[in-house]
Amino acid sequence: MQSTGSNWPDSNLPPKPEVGLPLWLLAELTYRCPLQCPYCSNPLDFAQQGQELSTEQWFKVLREAREMGAAQLGFSGGEPLVRQDLVELIAEARRLGFYTNLITSGIGLTEQKISDFKQAGLDHIQISFQASDEQVNNLLAGSKKAFAQKLEMARAVKAHGYPMVLNFVTHRHNIDRIDRIIELCLALEADFVELATCQFYGWAQLNRQGLLPTREQLQRAERITNEYRARLQAEGNPCKLIFVTPDYYEERPKACMNGWGSLFLTVTPDGTALPCHGARQLPVQFPNVRDHSLQHIWYDSFGFNRFRGYEWMPEP
Amino acid sequence: MSFDRGMTPKWRPGYRFQYEPAKKGHVLLYPEGMIKLNESAALIGGLIDGQRDVAAIIAELQQQFADVPELGEDIEQFMEVARAEHWIELA
Repeated sequence: MQSTGSNWPDSNLPPKPEVGLPLWLLAELTYRCPLQCPYCSNPLDFAQQGQELSTEQWFKVLREAREMGAAQLGFSGGEPLVRQDLVELIAEARRLGFYTNLITSGIGLTEQKISDFKQAGLDHIQISFQASDEQVNNLLAGSKKAFAQKLEMARAVKAHGYPMVLNFVTHRHNIDRIDRIIELCLALEADFVELATCQFYGWAQLNRQGLLPTREQLQRAERITNEYRARLQAEGNPCKLIFVTPDYYEERPKACMNGWGSLFLTVTPDGTALPCHGARQLPVQFPNVRDHSLQHIWYDSFGFNRFRGYEWMPEP
Repeated sequence: MSFDRGMTPKWRPGYRFQYEPAKKGHVLLYPEGMIKLNESAALIGGLIDGQRDVAAIIAELQQQFADVPELGEDIEQFMEVARAEHWIELA
């Protein structure tokens, strides 16, 4: 492993950087979901997980996070639409001053809900797609009607005046059709398009042999994305294409999520607080919001401090 | 090409301008993102309401900053950047 170039003896470690604010709170409301995508980031044993947090418990989390400076809030899961209290959660989040993002598969979404959420103050809806054509999409999502439903809901989201991010999880079986994917997003008037190679946690880790694209596939996909970016810029089209490469093809490790416990805080359905999805797989203890305040969790807990600063790094 | 001060800026749908106490400043929040605005951008941003045209914004800030001759140009420049970045719509 290449040395990072540190020749400092222990006592001359650079000063520990100040702990940042958790600007981004991801509220994973549930692991329940009507789909079965092979790259799902749900933990493999999600059926075994404890009870979901109640509405009141989530209100407390939101309040504490906002007090600490969190500004962006994502409602996610599993499928957040499964929660019966979603309108209340959205309303409370908006009242607290959060910018609220609903991150959904679109399954279970209706025009009525889109309207109700808008009234409650929801700022943005992100819909995920599995592929650009019906057959592949439905095959991957494990549902016969998924694609048609998502299409209809994407149109409805825009019709109600929301900004919309379309999230396409890319992998070996759809990345070669990236041009069709982008065209679909433009036709649906997406404001942002996330072309994200699936992250290999949970079910995606298990299935990664069947999912990881080849280097050639990725290079081609990135080239095509850049061609579209240039075209959109020239046309003055506000749609922004975001392309995320899998870590497996990077040359060096990156400061994932801007650094451990740096910007991002996620609370899982049973109340476990994590600095990121992947953290769950580590042999590290993480605190639960039922037992501790978010303030304590972020600043003082063992888990969140585990990889902050430099002291945890072994000598090169 | 000269800038038309009769245009009225408004924030793009989904873009919210607000004060963030934790950041001690104004930010622009948009889907999953946040931009921190410097003081002058924040002053201009605070006057964007879909009603005031650029001339009105300049006039109002000129009252506060009478001794800044390039104020009008600075504001035009902000508008051009904001439009190019698609933070605002200018009509």
